[in-house]
Amino acid sequence: MDQTIVLLIAVANSVALLVLISLGLAVIFGMMRVINFAHGEFIMLGGYATVLAANHGVNLWIAMLLIAPVTVGLIGFVVERLIIRPLYGQIVTTMLATWGLSIFLIGAVTTIFGNTMLGVSAPLGNVPIGVYSVSVYQLLLIAITAVLVAACLYVLNRTRWGLIARGTVQNPAMASAIGIDPVRVYAMTFMAGAALSGLAGGLLAPLSGVIPQMGTAYIADAFVTVISGGSAMIIGTLSAAGLLGPTQAILSYATTPVIGEAALLLLAIGLLRVLPRGISGLWQGGR
Amino acid sequence: MARLRNYLFVLPVLLLAAIGPSVFEMFGLVQISSFATMALAVLGLAFVWGFLGVLSLGHAAFFGLGAYAYAIAVINLGESSYAVVAAIAVPALFSVLLGYFLFFGRVSDVYLGVITLCVTLVLYNFTSATADPSYHIGAAPLGGFNGITAVPPLNWPGDPEAVLEVETMCRLCLIVLAAVYAGLVVLRRSSIGRIMVAIRESELRSELLGYDVRLYKMLGFTVSAAVAGLAGALFTAVNGYVGPSAFDLNQASQFLLWVIAGGLGSLAGPVIASFAFQYLSTWLGTTGVNTDLVFGAIIMLFVLLRLRERLPALWASASRFRRPGHRVSAFTAGPRALESGE
Repeated sequence: MDQTIVLLIAVANSVALLVLISLGLAVIFGMMRVINFAHGEFIMLGGYATVLAANHGVNLWIAMLLIAPVTVGLIGFVVERLIIRPLYGQIVTTMLATWGLSIFLIGAVTTIFGNTMLGVSAPLGNVPIGVYSVSVYQLLLIAITAVLVAACLYVLNRTRWGLIARGTVQNPAMASAIGIDPVRVYAMTFMAGAALSGLAGGLLAPLSGVIPQMGTAYIADAFVTVISGGSAMIIGTLSAAGLLGPTQAILSYATTPVIGEAALLLLAIGLLRVLPRGISGLWQGGR
Repeated sequence: MARLRNYLFVLPVLLLAAIGPSVFEMFGLVQISSFATMALAVLGLAFVWGFLGVLSLGHAAFFGLGAYAYAIAVINLGESSYAVVAAIAVPALFSVLLGYFLFFGRVSDVYLGVITLCVTLVLYNFTSATADPSYHIGAAPLGGFNGITAVPPLNWPGDPEAVLEVETMCRLCLIVLAAVYAGLVVLRRSSIGRIMVAIRESELRSELLGYDVRLYKMLGFTVSAAVAGLAGALFTAVNGYVGPSAFDLNQASQFLLWVIAGGLGSLAGPVIASFAFQYLSTWLGTTGVNTDLVFGAIIMLFVLLRLRERLPALWASASRFRRPGHRVSAFTAGPRALESGE
């Protein structure tokens, strides 16, 4: 019984982690058709912002929930100006340019902070479930991810800003005809996506610690989740994570984490063979 | 005469093979051999991306698979000939398997790139996690992050005692490089190669003419994987070592940089670029500057300033079949393919 509960928590945690690390990428790819290869490094920068702020005496919660997204959002603003905007519409070229950015950021952070792991301890301690103990922070992470997804859906579907963003994506020419500047909308969207990645990095920092190369640990999972999700960015990512997360968690539990991750990738490749446009293709029909 | 011009690049490579051993010291020869194997690997990518328009971001996966296959086979067999065969066969088979899912699933160009990259990352994570001695194939321990060390070098076929000397090894690497280059030029000029270029130019039109685009893409993908595997085997034989770094992102990005810098649609360009950048990388290693920082900036600059469109003009005359307009269209084929796929 206890074991079942612990396993269920592990499954929920795995889904939540996938959603958390994919959300920023999903927003940027879903809205702008930009594949941001530096996504992992945005997560890494969010982690560094949190750890550095916390080690300088800032309250950990403020560091995680405020400083990390704001810092990375601002970095996203600069990146959009310098790299994304000149290449807009050229997916492959943008992908390669952001790959360069990713390597550059790893090099820059290594040069500044050194190639060592920094960390903050996870807050809130553990709660016992039978003979097992579960970290309260991991439970909180699941809750925060749920809130984050709900907030994203609300902003996109229920607010004026979301309406403008979706309208601009569907028809930029029409949007500019009624006085909306698409360039500004794209810039804001990229910033929002970057901020989400930064937030993910901030929230993950207490769990994993931060090193310059930490981004590479996340990007494969994030890419696979977003691509399997398809064009409905939030719901697609959520359903992909709901499918891939349990597979990964259960196989990792039964065998080793490496096999769990390989299974995640194999499942995603198999899925794309059947549904080339991702899970969203199921209900979006032959658009 | 015009036909022969396509093979001109073979001459300087063979010249280097002829005079290199009498000019350079031991260290220089090992370095040239090592550079040549990497240049060989990039030929595969230059072929599949430049001629077929298939952007495989995970070219390093095939290189690494070949390297590991060689190391494991040569340690188990004690003889290198079949190990080289295995190093070509393993990545080729893997690429057929992967290609079946990607090309026959009609996954778009961008997704193809991302999936191939993810495969590379998973292989990296897998090989890094095999430190436990229980991970071994026959007599070869996988060694986790430290990789497989003390891999035997090449020997004359059938005689494990007759190990190739450094000079011979260097010559062999350069001769293989020249031979594969010539082979790819022949393939490009054959009817299959012409169809491949047609597919790069317009997938839809080629398909309407009755060619099975998926099959040709898979064929090109497999050729590139086989070339990368052979390169991986030679690289391991030269260095006596293979580790997870063969699969890492930096390795994967280097291959792309060389093709972008050397000119998409050229074969000689990426080879020259690979020698230049490998030399730069080695030199940077001695200065203490972070190589990631420099190479990240170089990649961004090459992509953003589109130097790739100016630089290749230097050797545009060397390869007749590359015309300026085509390079650009192949480079932007991704967005169009994705857009039209929706």
